[in-house]
Amino acid sequence: MLFYSYFKTLVGKQVTVELKNDLAITGTLHSVDQYLNIKLNNVHVVNEQKYPHMMSVRNCFIRGSVVRYVQLPPGSVDVELLHDATRREARG
Amino acid sequence: MSLDEVPPPGAALVEELDKRLLVQLRDGRKIVGILRSFDQFANLVLEGAVERIIVGILYAEDPLGLYVVRGENVVLLGDIDPAHDPPAILQKVSLAEIRQIQRDEKEQEKIKKTMKARMDFLEFD
Repeated sequence: MLFYSYFKTLVGKQVTVELKNDLAITGTLHSVDQYLNIKLNNVHVVNEQKYPHMMSVRNCFIRGSVVRYVQLPPGSVDVELLHDATRREARG
Repeated sequence: MSLDEVPPPGAALVEELDKRLLVQLRDGRKIVGILRSFDQFANLVLEGAVERIIVGILYAEDPLGLYVVRGENVVLLGDIDPAHDPPAILQKVSLAEIRQIQRDEKEQEKIKKTMKARMDFLEFD
């Protein structure tokens, strides 16, 4: 649940999600669930000309299994905190 | 965090029920339909589904009817803004036309590939 909890702290932030099919979508993180399915609001697609079908899409739900990367705003990771949480989680 | 506070996976899709959505599939197809049901795997039931076939700036719609999509094939569900749908830069053509254009594109790709294979010994990049 660590990464689920972590992503929950990022709700409301601007992120870019890069998918396994190379589509990259920027938007405001609206919600995330256990499978790391992601909902983005106010999306726009990087390289929109190549993906014209996305022009009519404002909000979207991305299945967690198709995500390759999530690009986060700078300074949004408190490495110390995450590090401690990792040890705590591993201890159970 | 206790397990019972965590919403079930996919629960965020409740907000999309009965809306017209664009579903992108893993094979690149796009299906537009009204979301009537879903589960935690993002298996979907789409009513009045149409496949939107897009080649370049041309598109056509192929009516499909009631569709069940297996979740593993879903890439994303887009909430369509009706004011901007279909996107203004796309031009509608007939199904027959788009199929022909698709075939032509495929043929072109094939030719490109064979040419590239033949030129391989030249080691271009």
